[in-house]
Amino acid sequence: MDREFETVVGLEVHVELKTATKIFCSCSTAFGAEPNTQVCPVCSGFPGALPVLNRQAVEYAIRTGLALNCEIAEVCKFDRKNYFYPDLPNAYQISQYDQPICRNGYLDINVDGQHKRVGIIRAHLEEDAGKLVHQGSITTTPYSLVNLNRCGVPLLEIVSEPDMRSGAEARAYLEKLRSICLFAGVSDCKMEEGSLRCDANVSVRPKGSTKLGTRVEIKNLNSFRSLEKAIEYEARRQIEALEDGEELIQETRTWDEEKQVTRSMRSKEEAHDYRYFPDPDLPPLHIDGEWVERVKSSLPEMPDQAQQRLSNTYGLSDYDAAWLTSTPETLNFFDQAVQCFPDAKAVSNWMMGDFSRLLNQHNMEITDSKVTPQYLADMLRLIEKGTISGKMAKEVFEEIFFTGKSPEDIIKEKGMEQISDQETLQKIIDEVVASNPKVVEDYKNGKEKAFGFFVGQVMKATRGQANPALVNSILKERLMRE
Amino acid sequence: MELYELTCHELKEKLDRKEVSCQEITQSFLKRIDQVEEQLKAFVTVTADLALQQAEQYDAGDAVPGLGGIPYGLKDIICTRGVRTTASSKMLENYVPFYDAMVAARLAEHKGILLGKLNLDEFAMGSSTEQSAFYPTRNPWDLERVPGGSSGGSAAAVAAGEVAYSLGSDTGGSIRQPAAFCGVVGLKPTYGRVSRWGVMSYASSFDQVGVISRDVRDCALVLNAIAGHDPRDSTSVNQPVPDYTSFLTSDIKGLKIAYPREYFQQGVDSEIRQLIMNALKHFEQLGAIVEEVSLPHSEYALPAYYLIAPAEASANLARYDGVRYGLRDLQAENVVAMFSRSRAAGFGPEVKRRIMLGTYALSSGYYDAYYLKALKVRRLIADDFTRVFADYDLVVAPTTPTVAFKIGEQTDDLLTLYMNDILTVPINMAGLPGMSLPCGFVNGMPVGMQIVGKPFDEGTIFKAAYAFEQSTDYHKARPTLGVNK
Amino acid sequence: MAISVKQVEQVAYLARLELTEPEKQLFAEQLSSILDYANKLNELDTEQVEPLNHILPIYNVFREDIVQPSPPREDILSNAPLVEDGQYKVPRII
Repeated sequence: MDREFETVVGLEVHVELKTATKIFCSCSTAFGAEPNTQVCPVCSGFPGALPVLNRQAVEYAIRTGLALNCEIAEVCKFDRKNYFYPDLPNAYQISQYDQPICRNGYLDINVDGQHKRVGIIRAHLEEDAGKLVHQGSITTTPYSLVNLNRCGVPLLEIVSEPDMRSGAEARAYLEKLRSICLFAGVSDCKMEEGSLRCDANVSVRPKGSTKLGTRVEIKNLNSFRSLEKAIEYEARRQIEALEDGEELIQETRTWDEEKQVTRSMRSKEEAHDYRYFPDPDLPPLHIDGEWVERVKSSLPEMPDQAQQRLSNTYGLSDYDAAWLTSTPETLNFFDQAVQCFPDAKAVSNWMMGDFSRLLNQHNMEITDSKVTPQYLADMLRLIEKGTISGKMAKEVFEEIFFTGKSPEDIIKEKGMEQISDQETLQKIIDEVVASNPKVVEDYKNGKEKAFGFFVGQVMKATRGQANPALVNSILKERLMRE
Repeated sequence: MELYELTCHELKEKLDRKEVSCQEITQSFLKRIDQVEEQLKAFVTVTADLALQQAEQYDAGDAVPGLGGIPYGLKDIICTRGVRTTASSKMLENYVPFYDAMVAARLAEHKGILLGKLNLDEFAMGSSTEQSAFYPTRNPWDLERVPGGSSGGSAAAVAAGEVAYSLGSDTGGSIRQPAAFCGVVGLKPTYGRVSRWGVMSYASSFDQVGVISRDVRDCALVLNAIAGHDPRDSTSVNQPVPDYTSFLTSDIKGLKIAYPREYFQQGVDSEIRQLIMNALKHFEQLGAIVEEVSLPHSEYALPAYYLIAPAEASANLARYDGVRYGLRDLQAENVVAMFSRSRAAGFGPEVKRRIMLGTYALSSGYYDAYYLKALKVRRLIADDFTRVFADYDLVVAPTTPTVAFKIGEQTDDLLTLYMNDILTVPINMAGLPGMSLPCGFVNGMPVGMQIVGKPFDEGTIFKAAYAFEQSTDYHKARPTLGVNK
Repeated sequence: MAISVKQVEQVAYLARLELTEPEKQLFAEQLSSILDYANKLNELDTEQVEPLNHILPIYNVFREDIVQPSPPREDILSNAPLVEDGQYKVPRII
């Protein structure tokens, strides 16, 4: 079925820039304040109020554009996008229409070993609108409440070329875009807080065709997973419809997370006439080469570069290197840990394994936890020395995670030192073997499970602290003498 | 002579010499308001108590230089904290701002005495003040006639002696035209000279706050107080403010004055043309060089203005949607109905017309033909002036095509009403400074001469205006209002 | 170039202005005559002319990214027709 059709996906991503103040006024952008306490005449559209552009927002936009390999406009301006909605106090949004600040960029993704370059058409600055709170759903609520705190927060809208061909590619694009923005230091990119938003444009067409099919916009994608699922669903829906001879309509659909389907937004499908015109209150921007150079030289190592470095220096797999470069904090942690304990594979295994698991479980960022690169390195050294087994290390690690104590302190406190003394182990093993003659018989008769039994008994006797490698070798040798 | 008949600088002198107190001055003006306001209706809100309070404080404190202690009025489109500001519209009939416009704050810093908010054509859209949602203001020289607009209240109040000076706003002529109709001085500064912060926007790329006063010296004093950069207004220019009173010499020898032939054609009353020609001869006698020039695109300024200004206005007035302030139709069952009915009830016909016109000019399919086209023509008009100003210091022309017309005479004839702006609009299109000052009478009604200068060269305008004023008597004429009425 | 009543209705909707039937008729006439007058601009050839967006030769007007305290909520809500829970209350969207 799908062999005849290909899916074509373009993404429109809104990134909330992490300036301290809004784009056109000095109100704070801090998340979570009481409604309408971060609002002034400018961002709430009072008579006589006028916008003044936040330089930092422009700086962040240039940064992002450069990180996305875009051309930065030498001259650009702001335009008014006119429409009425209660969360839009001026009844126009200040945006950029035909002269966006960034153009013609790209980013690279890797899906199942396949590299792909996704084009970026443009990125432009605009202001966010406020928030509407309904009683229940938007269609049944008798009234709504308007909170303008978010009004005027700076956004960068990034529009990709329709270069993606699957939900997986779209997801990879969004994840990469997020990483790049995190490394560039322009946004927190938290989908759950709304600082990273994504709408998808999905169409299908017969394989080999170059004409674009009917495009459907999908909204309400609140996680990477929803993005991927929604695109897969929508593509299938469109293909099935076409195969049934139905005609597709260009529309906006919403992703229903509960039912895992896209639904048509039956609200009035009016074609918006936004009547864009240049905002007369804002003089244009002239961005000279010097400014761009300054920003360029201040950019840190970007994810792709870092990934390359990790692969080349440490021989890590693409997958591992990508994981370690997903956020600057993760990369920083890794780099520091490897400085202290130069086994990159060991470090990455622990980071991608237990560390990641614990962070996810407790909804924490890597910098929130009490584990330091030094502690991880120390712990790995203790394993290497044989002071603790790999299995015990898991316990130790959890302790570090929750208490912030060093691995040495924890081992000491809990008396968790691995028993690696030959004599001690020999004694215990002798005892265990002597007390279980029947199992010795089983072993001599070829029952493999018997060996495991003895190991288990030794571990029980030593409360799990016996060095497993030594136990194995001493036990084997002991049983051979039977 | 009554205190309310004096100019600011005369009042200032008396205050400085402690010949009068601020309270005495204020009471004189308030008495005058009592005397004539019922006929004139220049005010939307009179702030008598506040004024007396301020006057008392002034007298008790240290004397302040500048405009301290002088009573003034503000066009009711300028936000004043704690004082109702209505834009003469039902939409904002009960709106009380919690912030001051920059110009309002400046005059308060000067310890001026705010006597009240002055009537205008609703949202500054009009040329007669007949579009006020509340009532029309009358011309102190003839109560059957309009004072002009949209700053009609501001001009009438100064002419009648209800305030010593006032601030208005000028988008297409709204200070200069009423100043001409009322026989007072009206200055629209260069675009960007005075901050628009807190002044309700009509057409953002044309709006400027300006001064209406009895004479040129007063105008210079007030401009000194309100001009200057404001970081809250991105279109306010960071240029030093000279002391405008330093230009009040009477020496204009060698000054090159141009008069554009397109402003002296048939559409302008022949008697008015004659008065301006007399004024130009007068300038020659004072030593200026006067020559005719051409501003070939003049006739296109008005049609271009009536596309650009309404377009900007349609967006600027969209914020009046009943959500956060202003009139709201509380019965509306959904948000679209709420928007549409609140705005229908809150806006008068001229405002609706201009919003519709502007929306249309920007709409899909029409943008290029109307709005974009008008912006191109705007450049041609601005370039005309740039060319002339390469060789001349000033441009002089009539301010209005007629004297003040009768109330109700033009209200049905839209295009005629718009034609009142034909001589003033080009100056807004080019962002230039322009002043109207009295230069004679036709059938007992005042006539204004318009003096236009280079960008940020208000100084040369003051020089020429002062020279003319001090060698004539027109600035001394007063309407005989309040006598035998 | 005449504007029809239908066009007036479309524009009135874009501008969120509810008009009465007589108003629609009147505006259709009045707007038509103003636009006729505005068509005068077509006498000029402006092919090679750049539109004048901003009259002042200024650019790059900025503000630094420093937080200023916002006005107290009572001020922001002081003129509101309807308020609940510190927010503006409006009727349903649809």
